Amino acid sequence: MKAGHKFLLGAVAIVAAVGFMIAQGVKETGVYFLTPTELAEKSAADSSFLNAGVKVGAKVVPGSIRRDESSRQIDFVISDGSHQIPVTYRGLVPDTFTDQQEIEVIVEGRLGRDGVFQATDVLAKCGSRYEAVPEQQA
Amino acid sequence: MTLLGQFALWAAFLLALWTAAVGFSGAWRGRPELVRSLRRAVYAILGALLVASAALWYGIVTHDFNIEYVAAYTSRNLPKPYLISAFWAGQKGSLLFWAAVLGIFSALAQALTPKRHEGLLPHVAAVTSVTTAFFIAVMLFGDSPFARLPFTPPDGRGLNPQLQNVGMVLHPPMLYLGYISITIPFAFAIAALLSRRLDAGWLGAIRKWTLVSWLFLSVGIVLGMWWAYVELGWGGYWAWDPVENASFLPWLTMTAFLHSVMIQEKRGMLKRWNVALIVATFLLSIFGTFITRSGVIASVHSFAQSGVGYFFLAFLVAAGILSFTLLYTRWPELEAETRLESTVSREAAFLFNNLLLVGIAFSVLWGTLFPILSEWLQGTKVTVGPPFFNRVNVPLGLALLALTGIGPLIAWRKASGANLRRQFAASATVGLAVLAALLASGMRDGYAILALTLAAFVAGTIVQEFWRGVRARQRMHGEAAPLALLRLVGRNRRRYGGYIVHVGIVMMFAAFAGMAFKVDQEATLRPGESVAVESPFGHTLTFTHLGVSQYKALNRIVSAATVQVAQDGRSLGVMKSEKRQHVDSFDRPTFEPSTEVGIRSGLREDIYVVYAGSVGGTEQAVYRFTVNPLVWWVWFAGFVLVIGAFVTMWPGASAPNERRQAQSGYEVPLAGVRS
Repeated sequence: MKAGHKFLLGAVAIVAAVGFMIAQGVKETGVYFLTPTELAEKSAADSSFLNAGVKVGAKVVPGSIRRDESSRQIDFVISDGSHQIPVTYRGLVPDTFTDQQEIEVIVEGRLGRDGVFQATDVLAKCGSRYEAVPEQQA
Repeated sequence: MTLLGQFALWAAFLLALWTAAVGFSGAWRGRPELVRSLRRAVYAILGALLVASAALWYGIVTHDFNIEYVAAYTSRNLPKPYLISAFWAGQKGSLLFWAAVLGIFSALAQALTPKRHEGLLPHVAAVTSVTTAFFIAVMLFGDSPFARLPFTPPDGRGLNPQLQNVGMVLHPPMLYLGYISITIPFAFAIAALLSRRLDAGWLGAIRKWTLVSWLFLSVGIVLGMWWAYVELGWGGYWAWDPVENASFLPWLTMTAFLHSVMIQEKRGMLKRWNVALIVATFLLSIFGTFITRSGVIASVHSFAQSGVGYFFLAFLVAAGILSFTLLYTRWPELEAETRLESTVSREAAFLFNNLLLVGIAFSVLWGTLFPILSEWLQGTKVTVGPPFFNRVNVPLGLALLALTGIGPLIAWRKASGANLRRQFAASATVGLAVLAALLASGMRDGYAILALTLAAFVAGTIVQEFWRGVRARQRMHGEAAPLALLRLVGRNRRRYGGYIVHVGIVMMFAAFAGMAFKVDQEATLRPGESVAVESPFGHTLTFTHLGVSQYKALNRIVSAATVQVAQDGRSLGVMKSEKRQHVDSFDRPTFEPSTEVGIRSGLREDIYVVYAGSVGGTEQAVYRFTVNPLVWWVWFAGFVLVIGAFVTMWPGASAPNERRQAQSGYEVPLAGVRS
């Protein structure tokens, strides 16, 4: 066999390995990213969506945050305007997670049969983080 | 001043359009006065952009809050150094910064390119100008840094506290410099294609530029990791966030290019591949900006969503189609001069290295775009996170690490068994010894063991290279060892500088392996209470909460929590972590509170303390304590990388020696492809 062919074989092996690992990786670690409405629809249609790991992106309902610092548990409600989901999370939340304004969050975890979302991770993204238009001050 | 700035932008824009039109049209052929004029136009664009930058800076420094940008990113009480970084802290300013730096690089490319490559310069001017024109167009028609408000706020909003950090002053400009400087090698590649000067000449003209881009990208990425580590408080330095990935992608393809270009220089192979890599690198740098600007992919780093992203998308698509079409039309002229002779050879090792780097880049790109792709294909967004990237990239990275040891030492053309034994027997033994030691010490994490074993093997090959080189000089010239080492590196800067960069890479891999053993522990503590954490090196760390104090500093209200840290009962001292609420000059809060992490850095491990808040305003504090093994080595490796890169770039590098090496392998006619 010529060196060029042998190399081609090696190259194909590498490309195939990369492709295979990507495909497997997506299959085994991919997580649905849904809105509360989509999660509600999907779990109503297919109960395997309950207790399956998903990510939900939504806004925190202002005033819904209940913190218990001594056990580091936080409960809050997220909403996309049409559906609300209560969330419970144990752990430290990022600094951007505040009650001051409507913040966007991404919660990762699973929706329990009781309708409460058990979050394993909470990411808060604040629209004003790097960009803001100054407001006229009185 | 904003009027002057806006005017300067228009002047630069029109000049850039003229330069691009004349440069691409080829009207300058046989008209030296037009060639000179193109060059001067590039200088004039730079001049106009510097005027525009000065105008924005003037607005920032004089606190002209009527300018929207100044009001959005600065305030009267912002510490002075951050007034400088405010220039690029926001989207509009960073666009101007980008254009101005591209202006500088374009002018340098015109001024510094040696006479023998001058024929490429008119086309280079055209490519750099059209890119500059694009960035100016984004400002003029999309998002102007000189926009004024209908009113004048008494004070600005100030700079986001997370950007008030030395790393953040330096990290964005470094990355930008990396991204922007890629335009120059790209411009030379396009110029070579357009003018059909497809010998190795253009490679010579861009060698320094590619190293400069690579260096800036590397430094930018490492500073970004450092910033994330000290500022974001989650206890790591790399999260596979889309914006981080966006900076990693051009770095990967540029690294591939730096290696594959050696194969073209020495063996006349991979010509098409090299052009494709440099084009891909340029497109990925624009893609990175697009990701950062458009908000199409959710990222903690994103700028707010804005229509500016679509300018970038349009430019990306246009540049991609035009570049690859051009490459296709020159395809036959880029025929390789030699063939691969054996898969056990340096050429083959470099080819595999390139495949792996591009494979990593592809998987990172795929994972980053997956939320969008899956939504298109299935209608539901599916995301992948760190588990995906680690799964795919750790094995590929380890294979690459192994090639880092093999590639530089294996013989050109075809390696014999004797060559393999001579080059690798010693270092393979070192690797196996480390493997045995790790297994004996009870380490069971497969990837970490493999990483450290391979790191030892590669380190062995590098030490061997230095050792043999020094010994040879000692024998031939009777020099003392330190002098022989200095001269060895000095006379073969490219080769030994490359080895030094590899040392940095090896250290990084070892440090990454260390993170497999990080430990963390959350705790809520009253003053006097303590919590114990088992460190990965087998020690017991005890954290005792001392209390929380509140005070007002320059532009912020601080509550600081302190802990006493002890290792196996012996005190290591006191550590502090702060919650900061930034305020404006009227003491009103700006931004959300931010956390200052307490870090005690050591050669073995970092102790990382995050104060997450107090329980109901009492001194009972919520903490996270993390022990991060080997983190210091990441920063040190970054430093080694920079040193190595400087060695390879140092002017007056060793041309005669390179020629000798090539001859000892195979005589390759580098010029004269074009009849």
